[in-house]
Amino acid sequence: MWQPLLLTFKLAFVTTLLLVVIAIPLASWLAYSKSKLKPMLEALIAMPLVLPPTVLGFYLLIAFSPSNAFGTWLDQWLGLRLVFSFEGLVFASILYSLPFMVHPIQSGLQNLSGSLREAAYVLGKSKITTLFKVLLPNIKPSLLTGIVLSFAHTIGEFGVVLMIGGNIPGKTKVASIAIYDEVEAMNYDLANTYSLILFALTFTILLVVYVVNGKHINPFWK
Amino acid sequence: MITVQIKHPLRGASGKMVLDIHFKIKENELVTLYGKSGAGKTTTLRILAGLMRPKEGKIVVNDKVWLDTKQGIFKKPQERRVGLLFQDYALFPNMTVRQNLEFALLKNQPKTIVSDLIEIMEIGELQHQKPQHLSGGQQQRVALARALVQKPKLLLLDEPLSALDITIRQKLQSYILQVHKEFNLTTILISHDISEILRLSDTILELENGAIIAQTSRTDFLNHKNFGFDINLDGIIIQKNNQKLEVTLQIGDNQVATRVNQEYFNHLKIGDKVQFSSKLFMPLLRKK
Repeated sequence: MWQPLLLTFKLAFVTTLLLVVIAIPLASWLAYSKSKLKPMLEALIAMPLVLPPTVLGFYLLIAFSPSNAFGTWLDQWLGLRLVFSFEGLVFASILYSLPFMVHPIQSGLQNLSGSLREAAYVLGKSKITTLFKVLLPNIKPSLLTGIVLSFAHTIGEFGVVLMIGGNIPGKTKVASIAIYDEVEAMNYDLANTYSLILFALTFTILLVVYVVNGKHINPFWK
Repeated sequence: MITVQIKHPLRGASGKMVLDIHFKIKENELVTLYGKSGAGKTTTLRILAGLMRPKEGKIVVNDKVWLDTKQGIFKKPQERRVGLLFQDYALFPNMTVRQNLEFALLKNQPKTIVSDLIEIMEIGELQHQKPQHLSGGQQQRVALARALVQKPKLLLLDEPLSALDITIRQKLQSYILQVHKEFNLTTILISHDISEILRLSDTILELENGAIIAQTSRTDFLNHKNFGFDINLDGIIIQKNNQKLEVTLQIGDNQVATRVNQEYFNHLKIGDKVQFSSKLFMPLLRKK
């Protein structure tokens, strides 16, 4: 019974961790770049907000299928089978939750006074030092928002996971899919248990973010 | 010696214009950039600091080329080692006062300079506080200290005192003068405040619509043609002489005595803030 829930949290945890690593450089590039490519990239990153998850899942399924060239290349050269596997789920989840991590960090950075960054540069500090010592420490609430939203959003995934992961117990059968499964099998009690746990958990997570980022325990951050 | 030549298109208050300036500054001079807002003063400072790249230009500082667009030379702000004071202070909110100064240290630079500066600026009591808990004047002192940690040769001040009230301003002006001399700095200051300019600068560069229209010494500044007819100085009344109907004003660190008519004389009190204006060499006193 616990397997789908554990799998869900494992997926959310791994996805969030990788997203932090990916989103910080991406968001800081987006926050400060004046490149013409920027709107294009911004649109792409925001796509999962509006696109039906099945669309994303469908194209990933096609792209990673071992029956085409790219899928074969991945399989043979990197030993990665991204369809119907946990790795595939992680990859899809990263794409799917990318805006939830990138947007808070990007807007956090953009809302910081530009003179902070410039002051650090004039003091001889590199872009990386400035990012980690000056900019990120001053947008902790945004980082927290990004982390929690990505985590919660990954928990809530359904369409993408179903398309690319299928329904393999212990490998790709996450809680949201297990619920659907149990309902189809008329197993309402178990579906209710999963649902309640997810409901309570996501509510708690979001509540924590709003409390921490609101005025209530601000001294903790400042 | 600093030689600056800049050509850069700008969008000013009155539409598009071109910042087109060249000037030379001697070592250890304190130079003020003076002019209306939108004249190109801040842009000039930002280009000097390396925060902006002009379309065309050449900057040579003590025989080192910082910028030469023709040869594709551009030194990043990190490589110029200037001290820059921002209008909004730009102190890092995540660090205490002392950490802000220590962050500015160069690699392997001994920490003694941090303690020295904390002493000079008299911010010892504040050193373990976060900048957002300090007043504007205190923040600016910290920012000035931080700008000096690396012992720069060139100090750039972008209207550093504009947000502060008159007494704190005067105090900070003396700090600026003190470090300018003690650290053998060449200093470029942006200021609108005539008494501040007269108090601090050796040379005044007057900018208008992206061009330098006058480069004058402090003494010539007041006699300058755009100026002789209308000067406005902020001061405080420190003395009243009832017999002569004369009031003595503190303007910067100078004292000026001037006569006023009976009615107005009675109206003025010691400690009043006044504006001292001169039109056609006829002094006129107005209560603020």
